[in-house]
Amino acid sequence: MDTSQLSQDILNLVGISKEFSSVRVLDTITFGIRPGEIMGLIGENGAGKSTLIKIICGIYQQSSGQVILEGKAVDIPDYITAKHLGIGIVPQEFNLINSLTVYENIFLGSEIHKGLFLDKRRMREIASEQLAQLKMPLDVNRLVSELSVAEKQMVEISKAMILEARILIFDEPTTTLTGHEVEILFSLMRKLKAKGVTMIFVSHKLHEVTTICDRVTILRDGKLIGVDEIADVDEEALARKMVGRDFSQVFPPKITRSSGEEMLSVQDLSITGLLHHITFNLRKGEILGFAGLVGAGRTETMEALMGLRKIDSGKVFIGGKQVRIKHPKDAVKNNLGYISEDRQGKGVVQIFDIPKNISLISLRNKYVNKGFIDKNQEAIAARKYVKDFNIVASSLNMELKYFSGGNQQKVYLARWMDTGPQILILDEPTRGIDINAKSEIYEFVHTLAASGIGCILVSSELEEIIGLCTRVYVLREGQIADCLEGQDITEENIMFNATGIKEGI
Amino acid sequence: MGDSTRGFSLRKFKLKDHSLGMAFVVLLIIATIMGWPNFLKVRNLTNILRQISYTGIIGLGMTLVIISGGIDLSVGSMTAFVGGISIFFLNLFGVHSPLGIVLTILFALVLGMACGFVNGILVAKFKMAPFIVTLGTMSIFRSLIQYFSNAGTILSVNNSYGKLGSGVFFGLPIPVWCFLGVGILLHIVLNNTSFGRYLCATGSNEQVARYSAINVAIIKLLPYVITGFTVGVTALMWSSRLNCINPSDCTSYEMDAIAAAVIGGTLMSGGKGSIIGTMMGAIMIGVINNMLVMGGISAFLQQAVKGLVIIVAVLMQYNNNK
Repeated sequence: MDTSQLSQDILNLVGISKEFSSVRVLDTITFGIRPGEIMGLIGENGAGKSTLIKIICGIYQQSSGQVILEGKAVDIPDYITAKHLGIGIVPQEFNLINSLTVYENIFLGSEIHKGLFLDKRRMREIASEQLAQLKMPLDVNRLVSELSVAEKQMVEISKAMILEARILIFDEPTTTLTGHEVEILFSLMRKLKAKGVTMIFVSHKLHEVTTICDRVTILRDGKLIGVDEIADVDEEALARKMVGRDFSQVFPPKITRSSGEEMLSVQDLSITGLLHHITFNLRKGEILGFAGLVGAGRTETMEALMGLRKIDSGKVFIGGKQVRIKHPKDAVKNNLGYISEDRQGKGVVQIFDIPKNISLISLRNKYVNKGFIDKNQEAIAARKYVKDFNIVASSLNMELKYFSGGNQQKVYLARWMDTGPQILILDEPTRGIDINAKSEIYEFVHTLAASGIGCILVSSELEEIIGLCTRVYVLREGQIADCLEGQDITEENIMFNATGIKEGI
Repeated sequence: MGDSTRGFSLRKFKLKDHSLGMAFVVLLIIATIMGWPNFLKVRNLTNILRQISYTGIIGLGMTLVIISGGIDLSVGSMTAFVGGISIFFLNLFGVHSPLGIVLTILFALVLGMACGFVNGILVAKFKMAPFIVTLGTMSIFRSLIQYFSNAGTILSVNNSYGKLGSGVFFGLPIPVWCFLGVGILLHIVLNNTSFGRYLCATGSNEQVARYSAINVAIIKLLPYVITGFTVGVTALMWSSRLNCINPSDCTSYEMDAIAAAVIGGTLMSGGKGSIIGTMMGAIMIGVINNMLVMGGISAFLQQAVKGLVIIVAVLMQYNNNK
């Protein structure tokens, strides 16, 4: 690399490698970032994106190679040093303390003191000033627990910016955002860009990368595949580079045949303050979509249906008969299954191996013989699921925490399939998993529906809803805004019903 | 992966307790180098086992409580309480009553489980912090037995009750048999029943367990009841060994019970643990104490060494989990 380029770039990575217990996850990565640009960083799960940005932020140390900031080699032993060097990160999972206010969170770890005491007035002033500059409509005295997801992200951004960050890293910032909120984020990023802030945008959503970025860096299996000007590439080319081969169609062909009889009917389901008279039905063999903004009550509806939340009123009919579901056990008995959106927190047991994770619900019914667990049967069943679901595992007895998101999700699916569900609810089933696993899960849901199982798909990814569902209920503020069918399932219609605002007209 | 786990193999703990096994080897080498001829004598070894069995038995129940994500500080007071009340119960039957002894055994076990149930219901149903609940009941049990005994020794009037705790069966003292028996039983419960599986799942992540249709409240309640049962066993062994109970007996049993579990590799954060590990942990504490005595080291220092062993054990856990 010649010196003229070094002096041009604000940040250079030179031959960065990283090994975790002799497994090489990053292999001599070299590229530079120009001042004031938005650099996309894309790659499948496990490609090394997070490791790379963690090295830039000082959370990990590279095994070899050099980070060069404005022409000078720098050593970043921890995040505090990174912050003082002007590098900030907006993490994927929010790192905010709910019981503290907005400004307290913004200044967490870099509080301003007046003598021995906190200078609260000054911190409030600076925080308000910064929020106003970025045109973020947020009161600094509000508690973080009261904020929406998009607002929390604004707090994260302010927090990363508070030490005058010149380089700001966004780690998959749109994962938990809805389309509308993504727009807010992008306009915010444009404002930051106008202020001269350099940004790294990590994502595996290609259309977002092509929308917001100037250039894009592609990683695959820990290696640098290329750095491209956005103007020179399209999504398809990026996808090919990212996955390393062609992939034809992500979504299986849409189910066109008419659906069967009604399997599930929910009438006037209400929870005070959360859900208001939710009424819907599910027919045999269809894929029913639930769309809406985060917080519209989709997950709450499903949790209420599963007996995970107490309902104030409402009736549930399965196969024409009224059922009472007060505990998830009752739901399982009625052949209902629920894949939660929170795979880490509510899905897999991280310290259990594959067989133990898969048998968790069906244990008593299928694997307990005279009071004792038949571990042989468990292993046989697990091996079958590993094969059927194409779960990549070097050993059945490895703890789930060592698995990628996609493989964890498949194990989680296998657990519910082992209960023999007639109705399966999938809540954000493809969140945080790579494109191959996504495609496999779509295929899987499709096969399920074809075999007569009623599938409910809750998703914030509109392409998923549009690509898979036969009917779509759109929720807004705890109420069903509309039910869309056939040709009416379009991005416009869904967003209109979800927000109540006609956009782009 | 063809290794079937039919039967109740002890294969599981082998790898995990590797370090513990090594520690035992080191201790034996020390004993040999120091040339303590008495250390390896059967009598000394049985003595060690007897000494550790009282808190060791409770440690077995405690292991399950810790796996569930809780803690039980009340076990020491509960032992004195159950032991004392059981002697009152025994004395109702007069001097020569074998029936009285049989009924007292049942009584002590049920009373222990009832005490554990109180802890468990407060934790599982009323969702209180286990530390707070058992800190409270720890005082309550101790205070009650002091009240009932008027702060004096509670003596048994039964002639043969003492044989229970001091008896020897096939060369091993009865408390040691109880330790081994309860240990094997709970090992099987933990590794081969759905309850054991649910317990680990709940301790590892309560939400996952709830979302997997597990009745979390019952799973969190049972370990306290089981611990109450182990307290009942120890209360019987201890009170019959001395044929009496002092209201100040069994103080800080909770520390030894927790120490045994932790040294045996049970995670304080819950979700993972081993009954066999706890048994080894308890024996380890006994062996170290015994060697300190043989080495002529002040009894006052024994607690310090125990503390050191606990810290080292947790430190090793931490490094293994990193």
